[in-house]
Amino acid sequence: MFSGFDFDVIQRSLPYLWQGMMFSLGLTALAMTGGIILGTLLALMRLSSYGFISAPASGYVNLLRSTPLILVIFWFYFLVPIAVKHITGDSYAQGIGPFYSALIAFTLFEAAYYCEIIRAGIQSVPTGQVSAAYALGLNYWQATIQVVLPQAFRNMVPILLTQGIILFQDTSLVYVVGLTDFMGAASKVAQRDGRLVEMYLFAALIYFIMCFFASYFVKRLQLRITPPR
Amino acid sequence: MAMIEFKNVSKWYGNFQVLTNCTTQVDKGEVVVVCGPSGSGKSTLIKCVNGLEPFQSGEIIVNSQSVGAKETNLPRLRSMIGMVFQSFELFPHMKVADNINLGQVKVLGRGVEEATARSMSLLKRVGLEAHAQKFPGQLSGGQQQRVAIARALAMDPIAMLFDEPTSALDPEMINEVLDVMTELAKEGMTMMVVTHEMGFASRVAHRVIFMDRGEIVEDATKEDFFGKPRSERAVQFLSKILHH
Repeated sequence: MFSGFDFDVIQRSLPYLWQGMMFSLGLTALAMTGGIILGTLLALMRLSSYGFISAPASGYVNLLRSTPLILVIFWFYFLVPIAVKHITGDSYAQGIGPFYSALIAFTLFEAAYYCEIIRAGIQSVPTGQVSAAYALGLNYWQATIQVVLPQAFRNMVPILLTQGIILFQDTSLVYVVGLTDFMGAASKVAQRDGRLVEMYLFAALIYFIMCFFASYFVKRLQLRITPPR
Repeated sequence: MAMIEFKNVSKWYGNFQVLTNCTTQVDKGEVVVVCGPSGSGKSTLIKCVNGLEPFQSGEIIVNSQSVGAKETNLPRLRSMIGMVFQSFELFPHMKVADNINLGQVKVLGRGVEEATARSMSLLKRVGLEAHAQKFPGQLSGGQQQRVAIARALAMDPIAMLFDEPTSALDPEMINEVLDVMTELAKEGMTMMVVTHEMGFASRVAHRVIFMDRGEIVEDATKEDFFGKPRSERAVQFLSKILHH
């Protein structure tokens, strides 16, 4: 049945696909790290009892969560350089290039989602824990860093990683700014050699294997880290 | 000398008044038990002492510092007042020793070695030195509450607040906690204790405050309170909790 197919194309293009995969994983890791850090700050802001702190964070999260990711990527790649030119008046101002555009777009976009996850995680820590921390004389930041966030993150690790798996799949969108991730590499080879079926089957298989096992690992982790209470 | 002084403290949740003109004091070295039916505001009153609960009018003076005042460094004041909670509130992600070290290191600025030495001597005192490297979840309720007392004592507090420290415990564990508290009282620690343990009150307390509906109804020496309570409400309360 596969007589008309040439699966050898996969082996021939492996180094190129590997490069693409490294790019995908690298971008995922960077955007996840940045997203979690920024998301944590946004979550703390959203939970503030001061309106002038919580309102901007809420606005940011609601705006980005109601915007398609691809639009955010476009925005940073095409519109930000124009805006910079306009603001600085320097008509020769350059954009920051496709990679940093994509990285910033992903980080800012993911931060909005991480913010909501982390906010729920922080709220899952009983208020008595915060009282106990304050009663010892810890200030807001000490109580947050020493007592609240470690417990919040412990509860959140599985869902944070699950969001990371989604992000990994979403990185394939970088093709719109001309970057070559794993999906992009597979697609280019497929079109160059006219082997669409083989390459797309292979790409689907790899994505499936990676995400399936990552999800399985998350599930195992979830069972192990449930803290003794 | 008054260590903790309440002057006309009132507090509202929206329109609902939870504390009404509470005026009393706790002297240095004195053990004061606060009792009353549930919802009478006794836990709220004790939480006002270290500013965990804000109050809208009146004043609380701790060691000549006003709790509600803007210029008061609240974290610093709190570090001088030990507090023990009904549900222990040990930090579940830290080992027992680290629970006791945390405030010493982060607030008092002690070195880890010094803090650990102090933690171990306090754990020994509450009979739990063998459990220093365990997590709170591995201990029984009574043991957790004793660790919580050690954690509060590690800050070398000038007074201790106990908010129903035995209410969440199984009956057979209540005494191990009360014994530690009794010993503290004997050593002259200033203590304010919200509790239903009238046996503890009659043995250890110097004074008893009886609260009902947010008011301090009775504020008397323990002999007077148990011997000849003046208010009808206190008589009713005592007859309910002593006769079962």
